[in-house]
Amino acid sequence: MIETIRSLGRWGLSSFERLGRGHIFLFRTLAGVPELFFRFSLVVHQLFSVGVLSVFLILISGLFVGMVLGLQGYNTLVDFGAEESLGVLVSLSLVRELGPVVSALLFAGRAGSALTAEIGLMKSTEQLSGMEMMAVDPLRRVIAPRFLAGLISMPLLAALFSAVGIFGGFLVGHGLLGVDDGAFWSQMQVKTDWYDDVLNGVIKSIVFGFVVTWIALFEGYDATPTSEGVGRATTRTVVHSAFAILGLDFVLTALMFGEE
Amino acid sequence: MPLIKIRDLHFYRGDRAIFEGVNIDIHRGKITAIMGPSGTGKTTLLRLIGGQLRPDSGTIEVDGQDVHKLSRSELYELRKRMGMLFQSGALLTDISVFDNVAFPLREHTQLSESMIRDLVLMKLQAVGLRGARDLMPAELSGGMARRVALARAITLDPMMVLYDEPFTGQDPISMGTLVNLIHRMNDAMGLTSIVVSHDVTETAEIADEIYLLSEGKVIEKGSPVQLKRSSSQWVQQFMQGLPDGPVPFHYPGATLAEDLFEQEESA
Repeated sequence: MIETIRSLGRWGLSSFERLGRGHIFLFRTLAGVPELFFRFSLVVHQLFSVGVLSVFLILISGLFVGMVLGLQGYNTLVDFGAEESLGVLVSLSLVRELGPVVSALLFAGRAGSALTAEIGLMKSTEQLSGMEMMAVDPLRRVIAPRFLAGLISMPLLAALFSAVGIFGGFLVGHGLLGVDDGAFWSQMQVKTDWYDDVLNGVIKSIVFGFVVTWIALFEGYDATPTSEGVGRATTRTVVHSAFAILGLDFVLTALMFGEE
Repeated sequence: MPLIKIRDLHFYRGDRAIFEGVNIDIHRGKITAIMGPSGTGKTTLLRLIGGQLRPDSGTIEVDGQDVHKLSRSELYELRKRMGMLFQSGALLTDISVFDNVAFPLREHTQLSESMIRDLVLMKLQAVGLRGARDLMPAELSGGMARRVALARAITLDPMMVLYDEPFTGQDPISMGTLVNLIHRMNDAMGLTSIVVSHDVTETAEIADEIYLLSEGKVIEKGSPVQLKRSSSQWVQQFMQGLPDGPVPFHYPGATLAEDLFEQEESA
């Protein structure tokens, strides 16, 4: 019994210690961001590996999610004779929720895990330590550019996801099920608000980008420098990111749309 | 005045003592070897000197500055005057040999690319790998990677170079090359070298002074000749690589007879 309480205490202490380390890590990384505007080539390189290489996955996933939304939405709306509102259903679902959330989950799986593995391996092969001994702060040189790249990429990827998803919904709705294209687009334009829907979706994706990139980079930086340690850290990135995205989505949705 | 002065150094990992009252002087222009069995904290000592770890008590002074009382920026300034050769080489794997050696120059100087090119080629020439400048680290053998790392460690013309197990896992030719390079560079560039190793023959060949560490303490110090003549059985066992002696061959435990007897009883 005493041992159980002890191990619970140890777990609590180490969790708080880790949380503290994570925040110090974040503050030191953020401190390195301003100087990146003078060395933007470092960020461009990371934008390619974090953002551009995720585009294909995002486009394909967005297209299929949109197509499924089109099918499912039509089947429900047609019972009420409201199938011409399909465009609204697809666009609001994607722009408010599915775009930011699903693209963030995919981003965590594709780019987040890659970031953790890369940083973890750099740590285990002493590359980060080597940089420190060359008087180069790895947080500024390695972590900060990746952090900024993640922050920039995520909203753009979410926007792509939503745009392609809406197109997928249109393909199924108009091409397969015969919904009037004029009604599809015009109702969507009328009912989708720039500030309430689009901008709130963008804010969500910025928050998710911030949190996922932070988790991914910290897990890599804090990983036990062994192959097993890096493997565990990569798993933790995906799991913790998923929890964070879904939890934060609820909070943000409550704040943004709770009053309606 | 020694370049590095370590006084009453204590360092613990959890409850385990790594150093308990270690005193070491590293003299300018000399090659000083820190030797001892695996797990005695030799690499830890280099990390303490480089300010990557903090001692629990005691001081480490490098060129008159207490490493652990420096601010972050002062420590980074000091590190620009230190080169470190990691056991793994620690080369950045996503850039070429040339870019690895150019890395410290690009980070810390405003030199033009043509000047950087000349300096990098000179450093690579010194380690015999000018022709390998376009290779990626993954294409290098272990010995070549260490030579590139050595070129990178001396790029900023440091006052001292710390070598972490430079000879481990090397074939005889690479080993000979590295021994020769460390010796030659120390003399030609007026460096101070600290070599952490447990390769007795190679290290004794080039070291001016050797410190033998074991169980958190300095067991013996002196020139390679003095150490070879030491009356200490422990020193003799280490220097000659004898399998048994004060450091026992068998891991501590019950005697063989006790173990066998116990098994018979339980059967």
